[in-house]
Amino acid sequence: MTEKYKEQAVIIRQEEISYGIYSVWLKTDKIAEQAKPGQFLSVYCHEGSRLLPRPISICEIDKADQAVRIVYRVVGKGTEELSQLGTGDHLDIVGPLGNGFPLKDKKTFLIGGGIGIPPLLQLAKELHCEKQIILGYKDNLFLHKEFKKQGNLYIATEDGSYGIEGNVMDAIRENGLEAEIIYACGPMPMLRAVKTYAKDKNIECWLSLEEKMACGIGACLACVCKSNERDNHTNVNNKRICKEGPVFRAEEVEF
Amino acid sequence: MITKVNLAGVTLKNPVMTASGTFGSGAEYAEFVDLNQLGAVVTKGVANKPWEGNPTPRIAETYGGMLNAIGLQNPGIDLFVERDIPFLTKYDTKIIVNVCGKTLEDYCEVVKRLANQPIDMLEINISCPNVKEGGIAFGQNPKMVEEITREVKKYAKQPVIMKLSPNVTDITEMAKAAEAGGADVISLINTITGMKIDVHRRTFALANKTGGLSGPAIHPIAVRMVYEVAKAVEIPIIGMGGIGTAEDALEMILAGATAISVGTVNFRNPKVTMEIVNGIREYMEQYRVEDIKELIGAVDKSN
Repeated sequence: MTEKYKEQAVIIRQEEISYGIYSVWLKTDKIAEQAKPGQFLSVYCHEGSRLLPRPISICEIDKADQAVRIVYRVVGKGTEELSQLGTGDHLDIVGPLGNGFPLKDKKTFLIGGGIGIPPLLQLAKELHCEKQIILGYKDNLFLHKEFKKQGNLYIATEDGSYGIEGNVMDAIRENGLEAEIIYACGPMPMLRAVKTYAKDKNIECWLSLEEKMACGIGACLACVCKSNERDNHTNVNNKRICKEGPVFRAEEVEF
Repeated sequence: MITKVNLAGVTLKNPVMTASGTFGSGAEYAEFVDLNQLGAVVTKGVANKPWEGNPTPRIAETYGGMLNAIGLQNPGIDLFVERDIPFLTKYDTKIIVNVCGKTLEDYCEVVKRLANQPIDMLEINISCPNVKEGGIAFGQNPKMVEEITREVKKYAKQPVIMKLSPNVTDITEMAKAAEAGGADVISLINTITGMKIDVHRRTFALANKTGGLSGPAIHPIAVRMVYEVAKAVEIPIIGMGGIGTAEDALEMILAGATAISVGTVNFRNPKVTMEIVNGIREYMEQYRVEDIKELIGAVDKSN
């Protein structure tokens, strides 16, 4: 188990990398040193009326510089507040949280949809194998140039403005792609399709899930998902996404 | 400086406790908090059998607070006794086990199972607004409050805290009923029933539709209720509801609480309980308070 820390991080730089999508590099004390791909941070708002941390996945880790990068979409007042911060501003964070992706160097699909794309970047950097990166967007692209450096990139857009018109599954089919292992993060309908695909093809598949969270550390039991096996916390069939997850074997969870 | 307080014969090193349901059984928060520094750890409600809880989403943030409808997911008394109590006994803090149930028999079964366990007190949850049976159903009728208190007391080997709901017309009636039933301590308040609607999706924010409102938004309501109950009963009170700072905690104590619990604000700051312990000491130094007991219910005494 990795150590978790509550820290006041300092913003190195923040930029809007696509419409409503922001990238922040944070200088941390110990979190970067401990972080693994697929883990997330609890990010706290300055505004006191917004009590709960925003769980945001780690996009990149720079251990030499003790920095982590998060990429997020502005969806409400909390993320809007975060997007207003700039270089030198402080940010309370807790992390690294969750389990992260297991690293297995096999012929790989990295499948990302929308704001589920960012955590796959650090994963791509740490995998040393044949990587086929399939990214699905609604319309505006982000991070695609950085993924391009990490493997063979295939893009699908819902409006057809770039790459294949359709979703990530269409991109896999139309390009005739094959893999021995799948890592995926994205919206639930995408994850359902990936799970079905992996089952049909009998491929090892790891999915990163999300749910509304409160504590972020496994105490409040808000962010559970249905699991096939009994969970080790409550001995029912509810795994905690923040603690046992967010990454699960596809056949382990029901959604 | 004396910070220790007495709850029905149990001495807490300071009045700061955790509120049930926000702190698990302490294991997760032990990575951030030195549990030895807390007056007591109050565990999440445990029933006679494992409960799965409600569908997700189970929480929603609101202005200065949050709604939850976890639905008392818990591992049941067997696993709790085997795993959670041995974890907590490693620390120099008092252990208070919150007990939930669907029927009177369920509550009594759990209380009996805990009789020979190395725990210090029992807190009986008759105020959870998020389960269909049990919970709040027992806490909104004074006759039921008195009856369940009396039944639980028959089997309890530890002092009994009855945890009251604010979702009633007059909370002092419930407090008096608990006292009449033999309660040793009263804790209040549990969450206030609320609702949030997602206007973009035109759905309820919570799968359960309603949830319990907690956090700083409810603190003044909790202070008022603690004050009223302190006037109405002789037994000690544990105050809770939106406490996030030492000042909030001191308000509760001045209103009449002997001890206080910190709940939702643990989610905002996992180290907040220790900060409140230190903040209370600083206040006592600043105002030259020798013994924290001088502050209990002192709001009226200063005039």
